[in-house]
Amino acid sequence: MADYNVMELMICTAARELEDGASIVVGTGAPNAAAMLAQKTGSPNLVILFEAGGAAPLIPEMPISVGDSRTTWKAIMASGMCEIMETCCRGLVDYTFLGGAQIDMYGNLNSTRIGPDHQKPKVRFPGSGGANDLASFCWRMLVMTPQDPKRFAEKCQFITSPGWLQGGDSRAKSGLPLGAGPYKIITNMAVMDFEPTSKRMRIMSINPGYSEKDVQDNCGFELLKAKKIVENKPPTKKELDILREQIDPYRYVIGR
Amino acid sequence: MEVLDQGVGRVFTDPDADKARAFFRKKSRALVPKVMSVKEAVEKFVHDGEYLCIGGFGANRVPMAVVHEIVRQGRKKMGFAGHTSTHDFQVLAAGKVFNRCDVAYIVGLEARGLSPNARKYMESGEVEVSEWTNYSMAVRFKAGAAGVSFYPARDVMGTDTFKYSGGKIIQCPFTGTKYVALPAIFPDVSAIHVHEADIYGNCRARGITVSDFDVARASKRLIITAERIIPNDEIRRDPSYTVIPYWCVDAVCEVPYGSYPGNMYQEYFSDEDHLREWLKVEENPEEFKKFLDKNIYNCKDHFEYIEKNGGMHKILALREKEWLFKKARD
Repeated sequence: MADYNVMELMICTAARELEDGASIVVGTGAPNAAAMLAQKTGSPNLVILFEAGGAAPLIPEMPISVGDSRTTWKAIMASGMCEIMETCCRGLVDYTFLGGAQIDMYGNLNSTRIGPDHQKPKVRFPGSGGANDLASFCWRMLVMTPQDPKRFAEKCQFITSPGWLQGGDSRAKSGLPLGAGPYKIITNMAVMDFEPTSKRMRIMSINPGYSEKDVQDNCGFELLKAKKIVENKPPTKKELDILREQIDPYRYVIGR
Repeated sequence: MEVLDQGVGRVFTDPDADKARAFFRKKSRALVPKVMSVKEAVEKFVHDGEYLCIGGFGANRVPMAVVHEIVRQGRKKMGFAGHTSTHDFQVLAAGKVFNRCDVAYIVGLEARGLSPNARKYMESGEVEVSEWTNYSMAVRFKAGAAGVSFYPARDVMGTDTFKYSGGKIIQCPFTGTKYVALPAIFPDVSAIHVHEADIYGNCRARGITVSDFDVARASKRLIITAERIIPNDEIRRDPSYTVIPYWCVDAVCEVPYGSYPGNMYQEYFSDEDHLREWLKVEENPEEFKKFLDKNIYNCKDHFEYIEKNGGMHKILALREKEWLFKKARD
């Protein structure tokens, strides 16, 4: 029996993706925890930015809002929305973490609505916020989300934020900045990337305790498979200690 | 210029820069005192049917006294800029103040969850929406502040967010690159909460500015609430701190703790217990009605609201939390 839960596993896996010296725009919750963990492990020079204007703070505790005072605690700059988004648009930001109610095989995300009538939706979600902007501008978009067949949908009912759009070269033709797009999808079961030509999601590594079948059974579309699928390394004691004691002592994000 | 594609969303405000110039030509440049109560400012400058923008970031440096007063005075059929809006949106939705909305971020309170009542309102079909993003709304304000009718940007293309927006795809005359043209917003009226203002409306704000620099300049009328009023001499002693000049401003209201229950940078943290109460009570319409009566309709002003929810003891605890004083963390 593993001595960590799925949220801790996803956060530790995600943190390892963020190399020292890179830059990232994060939201609240798990993405923030992953960026803080990266800073406290292998990537002390990770530049953390917040869309509301906070730039490179020494985050003392998890923010509740991407605009609250924790996002500018001992920061190098307290700026604004345009400053951060335009830093992304100029090509200076490597990563962002996004999520949504639905994700399709090209990594497109829905955080706007469920139901066919836009003016009278069955379920209304917040909308893009800064997600569409960050998905458009940051070089590599990461998604951290629990995996189930409803969320991993054949088709998003609404594409709020761009993945590889309709696959192939559709994103390149859309007018969005060239070379940016979804990079890795980190779930409780596996890590997926995107096949370079078709831009379809494919399994690249699997978490301990899960099989390829588990991953496919919990996905609403057919996943491609990398030539060699490896097993992900579980969180280390050091990672878990930092996450539990320094980053999320009240277990707001990692849960009980 | 050839339009390659366009969204189906309605543009709720007129982006015509010459019409805006004609308005601003007549706006007073007089250096006169503009201090008044929030009640008076809302009576004078916020009208049914107009397009409203609220500054700050949802529950951070938000002019909550103005938001409550708009609901208390029963403003209706307004257009609203749902840009980085969270608790402000929740309160305006509770008062059914708007019937059309430019959506960038609505119904959610970030890590705190979604507002059941705001969601119900947006699912009712009573509110017409156009979809945008936080940055594209920021750009639309920036175009307004620059006095031009649109600005180009590189987001939203290829998505349904674009399809349901009022943006248009055009080509760069220099490089041939595609851009989305975003129409300027000149809000009829906006409210912004700042740390300090003088009696004429020269403002200082600390911490993040979000889009307030541009919102202030693009708005036809602007209500400022300030934690405190400072002398004009202090503004002139070091003008490098001024973020909004007086000629943008129509009303100055001194409202200490004016962002409560939101966060105010280096002043007080957000009242998370009370914000949780808002989300919880919305699940029961009858309880919610009583809650609104208690906290908005039967309150004279913002101070009565704070007094009903813990008063100075609460504020002091939130000040300790803001500064991460040891006591607040124990």
